[in-house]
Amino acid sequence: MGMTMSQKLLADHAGLSKAHAGDLIEANLDYCLGNDVTTPPAISVFKKLGVSEVFDKDKVLMIQDHFTPNKDIKSAELNKTMRCFARENKISHYYELGRKEMGIEHVIIPDNGIAFPGDLIIGADSHTCTYGALGAFSTGVGSTDLACAMARGKTWFKVPEAIRVELINEPSTYVTGKDIILHIIGLIGVDGALYRSLEFTGEGVKSLSMDSRLTICNMAIECGAKNGMFPVDDITLDYISKTNPARFNEGRYKVYEADEDAEYCMTLTIDLAKVPLTVALPHLPSNTKNAADAKDLKIDQVVIGSCTNGRSSDIKMAYEILKGRKIHPDVRCIIIPGSQKVYREALDKGYLAAFDDAGCVISTPTCGPCLGGHMGVLAKGERCVATTNRNFVGRMGDTESEVILSGVPVACASAVMGRVATPFDLEGGSL
Amino acid sequence: MKVEGKVFKYGDNVDTDVIIPARHLTSADPEHLKMHCMEDIDKEFVSKVSEGDIMVAGKNFGCGSSREHAPVAIKASGISLVIASDFARIFYRNAINVGLAILECPEASRDIKDGDVVEADFDTGVILNKTTGRSYTATPFPDFIKNIITSGGLVEYTKNELKD
Repeated sequence: MGMTMSQKLLADHAGLSKAHAGDLIEANLDYCLGNDVTTPPAISVFKKLGVSEVFDKDKVLMIQDHFTPNKDIKSAELNKTMRCFARENKISHYYELGRKEMGIEHVIIPDNGIAFPGDLIIGADSHTCTYGALGAFSTGVGSTDLACAMARGKTWFKVPEAIRVELINEPSTYVTGKDIILHIIGLIGVDGALYRSLEFTGEGVKSLSMDSRLTICNMAIECGAKNGMFPVDDITLDYISKTNPARFNEGRYKVYEADEDAEYCMTLTIDLAKVPLTVALPHLPSNTKNAADAKDLKIDQVVIGSCTNGRSSDIKMAYEILKGRKIHPDVRCIIIPGSQKVYREALDKGYLAAFDDAGCVISTPTCGPCLGGHMGVLAKGERCVATTNRNFVGRMGDTESEVILSGVPVACASAVMGRVATPFDLEGGSL
Repeated sequence: MKVEGKVFKYGDNVDTDVIIPARHLTSADPEHLKMHCMEDIDKEFVSKVSEGDIMVAGKNFGCGSSREHAPVAIKASGISLVIASDFARIFYRNAINVGLAILECPEASRDIKDGDVVEADFDTGVILNKTTGRSYTATPFPDFIKNIITSGGLVEYTKNELKD
């Protein structure tokens, strides 16, 4: 019996020739990471372990993004705890706010050339599953797991079974990775892939940009998956040759391909051409609807950003739709480039001026409103269209506020129209 | 080990944002977290819960974020055991790592009602609803989890490994 991509990668990192679903293995990690919410508790567990230093200062990543720039005194203390630990332990991948490497963890870790094909990565953040887009195995854990990984550079895994997601044809205009993953979550539910891998395959893969793949794997957790994983192709190789030319040229990465006879618990075929512009209505990411059928919903706020949709191509698409237009008088539109690099590109190319002219708020990179932290918390009865990843009760503010998840094109069109809208509404209108 | 307590019953897909909302994550202190446990779906939970009480819920309990603050908040509130049809995987792992007892049992999850008094035995996996007299057998813990638990949790397990 053959192995899936995930199973091969896990076996290799455990020094085994084979690993099958259900096997318990202890594997060597290429990286482990945490943020300003999850790292401070990990540091206190780490200190209880009685070890003097982390297993490898280049492989423990500490990223401040959730409540930064510090939203209050308590969050300032959390960041201070992480900052002091990072300095004492000479952590290479700790970045200060405003520096060119800084940003939201799942935006910068691929984009700064840290995550590579074949890497095994855990992170104390559920959206760590993002890096599967590059052919890595990455998954979220809690702070205690992170602390023990920081000490030993190893952790245990139960080898997952996999759902094979076969992508056929090409997506239509304005349809991106966000619509595709929302569509999949809508089909299988928020526990549809519980404990399992989502392994993507098929000729449709080549029609998806790296940013779309990152968005898809980012939200694998929203259907309960342990990880999501794409095969490595020319698009992947082109991407990593630019993010980290040194590592790419030295060939320090590994491509895993699924065996012909790999076993899957189910196969899901997705015709990309039939995936509509999709929204997830409150209060579950699986509560999906064709965006064109949700046009009666008026909105108060739009958030464009997050680890799901704060990448370069997302901000560029927002520019293309919003340039020369005005945000609806009743709407606040908050644009949050996912990293300092994305921010700078938007500045240099004039996107920020166009957003400003349209009447948008432009924020420094932060997770901020996605988890109701700061920079756009909702009041009772308010409704937001967001390119973020969760729309649970109270996620962005009051328990009686509502979040509608969408991709960037729907979010931008909605910001202009003051209700859920698609870019086709703009082109047909008088705006 | 046996526990007994009155039941707080919830539905499917109880997510970590309602178990402990992100606005309270500026501190990881269990004493702080327990004051806000479940407040976005059950404002009365904190005032009604007693030491040893049991939480029962449907499928995919603990879905959402990786915040370990969620099982820590439940444990600190006095809950001795969470029974669910099944758990989201990061929550499952975190609960074991921080020493919050959990059992997967779809039948018990379906039948047990809010306010029932339930007794559970971790060694046998037997769950007895003292209010109705019905008993259930939970999926037993896999061996690898027993190993971590017998070591005293992941911290102690890792300490032992580091000595080798």
